[in-house]
Amino acid sequence: MSDASARKMTEDLLRPLQQTTWRFYLLVAFLGSIVAMGLGTWAYQMYMGFGMTGINNPVYWAFYITNFVFWIGISHAGTLISAILRLVNAGWRRPVTRCAEVITAFALMIGALFPIIHLGRPWLFFWLMPYPSNRMIWPNFRSPLVWDFFAITTYLTGSVLFLFLPMIPDFALIRDRSTGLRRTIYGGLALGWRGTTKQWHRLESAMQIMAVAIIPVAVSVHTIVSFDFSMAPVPMWHSTMFGPYFVAGAIFSGIAGLIIAMAALRKFLHLEEYLHPIHFENLGKLLLMMSLLWAYFVFAERLTTWYGNDTPEMNVFYVTQRGSFAPLYWTMVVCNFVLPFSILALKKLRTIAGCVIASFGVVVGMWLERFLIVVPSLSHKFLPYSWGHYRPRPVEIMIMTSTFAAMCLLYALFSKFVPIISIWELKAGEHPSPALNPIAAHEHPLGETHA
Amino acid sequence: MSAIYAMYDDGDGAQRAVNGLRKAGVADSAITVISDQPMEAYEFGEMDRGTWIWYTASGGGLFGLLFSTWLTRMTELAWPLPTGNMPIVSWWPNLIVMFEMTMLGAILATVATLLVTGGLVRRKPALYDPEVTNGKILVGVDNPPRVDDVERALVAAGSPQIKRL
Repeated sequence: MSDASARKMTEDLLRPLQQTTWRFYLLVAFLGSIVAMGLGTWAYQMYMGFGMTGINNPVYWAFYITNFVFWIGISHAGTLISAILRLVNAGWRRPVTRCAEVITAFALMIGALFPIIHLGRPWLFFWLMPYPSNRMIWPNFRSPLVWDFFAITTYLTGSVLFLFLPMIPDFALIRDRSTGLRRTIYGGLALGWRGTTKQWHRLESAMQIMAVAIIPVAVSVHTIVSFDFSMAPVPMWHSTMFGPYFVAGAIFSGIAGLIIAMAALRKFLHLEEYLHPIHFENLGKLLLMMSLLWAYFVFAERLTTWYGNDTPEMNVFYVTQRGSFAPLYWTMVVCNFVLPFSILALKKLRTIAGCVIASFGVVVGMWLERFLIVVPSLSHKFLPYSWGHYRPRPVEIMIMTSTFAAMCLLYALFSKFVPIISIWELKAGEHPSPALNPIAAHEHPLGETHA
Repeated sequence: MSAIYAMYDDGDGAQRAVNGLRKAGVADSAITVISDQPMEAYEFGEMDRGTWIWYTASGGGLFGLLFSTWLTRMTELAWPLPTGNMPIVSWWPNLIVMFEMTMLGAILATVATLLVTGGLVRRKPALYDPEVTNGKILVGVDNPPRVDDVERALVAAGSPQIKRL
């Protein structure tokens, strides 16, 4: 890579950190006001009590738990995809990984907030932590809710570190180009990074280990989230396939979220030279594969239930397929299968716009899927006299809306303070002397063939 | 701390400098090469590759496993409350906590090893030049024993200027 192109790359990727337009302030003000409204609504809910929500007997889990599962699913985009692409040394990963890893960190934070919002007395959330009360009674380690605590804590810790470690050399780069307070802050974040051969090797080894460790953790997290449902004897929850079904759905929605985020970054930060159509095409193929996998899981689940013909399960089956939840169910099928399949299966339509349209469909469809897992089963349990209804109330809708705004706000702020594409990784992908590269170190040149 | 170093425009110049320093009798452990990206395409990029990080990560994982095994068993036995017809010490659900703590131990040990062995978060002054972030490659020697030989090797590799710290 020539000096000029390296300098241009650095300047392009540092530009969002150095220049701020009025549009950015407007965006932050707009998103920040929605987040503030959400926080206000949450405070109102705490003050007035849980009766402000639509949650009522027998539907005690509804919007908040739907959003919890949805956001934990979205979080699977980043770290999992990034870790897999790192391990297989896919060359086209370089501009994508950080965009993806950031989604994981923020989506996990937002997702983990929902069980706390769902608590009637959220200030007691620390009771979930593994420490004993003054009578030396510990949380019950046999409860799936405690498993959630361990799984989400491990995944959040791992994901934040997985995001942070490759940022250290970029922080050092910004440190050396800054002055004053900015230099102090980035200097602190750079942890004294110099870029010695030893540091590069250690970082590389650490990232390999983190990638190996984070993949099973990511799989376990959504499996454990599925256990919150499948450990309960509720119609259409008590299923052995819920673990892999949830994991597949999580990766599916995560890829969709990543495509939308990348398209927004490309457009608003002018990163057309770094986020190429091939990146969207490759992710579009992954999305197509996950759409097919999702359809397979839905078919397997539905067929098994229908063939078993167990009355309580069939009640839930029919209420979703042709009862009051049918419009949502068929919208979900269209959004998760018909739309992405008909767009992404055709190479001509697998453009950036096509991938973004399919991704928006998938995000909507996967949110509906989470809702349709939670609510119909709870509202149609075993005995018909205990059946009930659920309608979301404005408090729940406002809090949900504000979390989408919070995600956009956090992402916008992050891309303002940290290069959203890893500069050193991008440079390292374009070594000047390919002849000197050992064959084992060659990357898959998938991006180059389509560039 | 004293050091002599030179900046090079590309990896070829840095490789020549490293070779020259070796010929001048400087050991690999005394040579410092600093770049703004990993230089795996060059032989000097292979220096300092040996690491214990895989072992420490495994050790961290093992610690997490043993700790969580003790924690789950101890807490269940501390107040032996029957739950859901499960045995007091229920290994199936405990395995989930044990798995998560194993992975957490491995992850934390990995990061700690990186910080310690990579020389991060250190207070001692170290050889560095911000020019590195402009794509230059620094080759230098800390506390050089034979200053003239080191300077000659660095100049012969094509650097226009020798710097001292």
